[in-house]
Amino acid sequence: MPVLARSIEAAGIPTVTVTMMPILSDKYRSSRTLGVQFPFGHSFGAVDDPEMQRRTLDAALQLLVDAPGPETRVDVDEQWPGDAREAYKNWQPDEPSPIVLHSMEMIRQARAAAKPQS
Amino acid sequence: MFGAVTLDSYAFLPRAFRTMFEAAPQFEHEPIWADFTKPLNQARIGLLSSAGIFIQGEQDGFDVERERQEPTWGDPTLRPIRSNVCQADIGATHLHIRTDDLLRDIDVALPINRLGELVADGRVGSGAPEHFSVMGFQQDGAEVWRTTTGPEIAARCHVAEIDALILAPA
Repeated sequence: MPVLARSIEAAGIPTVTVTMMPILSDKYRSSRTLGVQFPFGHSFGAVDDPEMQRRTLDAALQLLVDAPGPETRVDVDEQWPGDAREAYKNWQPDEPSPIVLHSMEMIRQARAAAKPQS
Repeated sequence: MFGAVTLDSYAFLPRAFRTMFEAAPQFEHEPIWADFTKPLNQARIGLLSSAGIFIQGEQDGFDVERERQEPTWGDPTLRPIRSNVCQADIGATHLHIRTDDLLRDIDVALPINRLGELVADGRVGSGAPEHFSVMGFQQDGAEVWRTTTGPEIAARCHVAEIDALILAPA
């Protein structure tokens, strides 16, 4: 997403990136970043919690207004409601993604190749 | 107000990925900036999510079958999402996150209803007539996003007179 943010900003459209991984925005030198410590897939807050979602969107808009220049980052001081360990498990798909399965297979093959022949 | 709190970027990330991101180099070496000059209560705001959202019955989902065959590839195409879309028409294709919650409440990822409320309250001038959706897993470098999808979104923003875009990686 930082790639898209830079492309859009380069065309003259100001952007704010709301992200659970602001460190990645830092590495791409994004213009304006709002960090949130929320589970993946939930950038604006919890399901059926319109007040939380609105607070996050409003914070992003305020950053749009207030940011003094490039690489402005603000991290939201708000904890995820409920059990963080459950949230950690719940955002992940039931089946590992193709790239994860692919990576696991590459590791397995590398280990097999490195194993001494008996 | 800037930098008062620093959160943990890895709080919800599986440990195996943490090392990869920590070891990642600085990807860009030049800052980037477009001024936001309009008063917010006169500005038109658009939204962009990478949660793989599409409109069922009108648009195809993202191509996850090709991704299953080519695990390093991710569908780089764009789905415009009109601002008055019904929750029941929302679909999502994404192999890296669960989408149950956004299929019940799109505002967790693309807050079109919350934006509408801020417009009604006079905090924001207007919402975009259409917002934007992509699927967040991309090939290294995200070249199609850089050369095609990003410029396409920017062009649509110019046509719709969108003054700023709020992006939400999923």
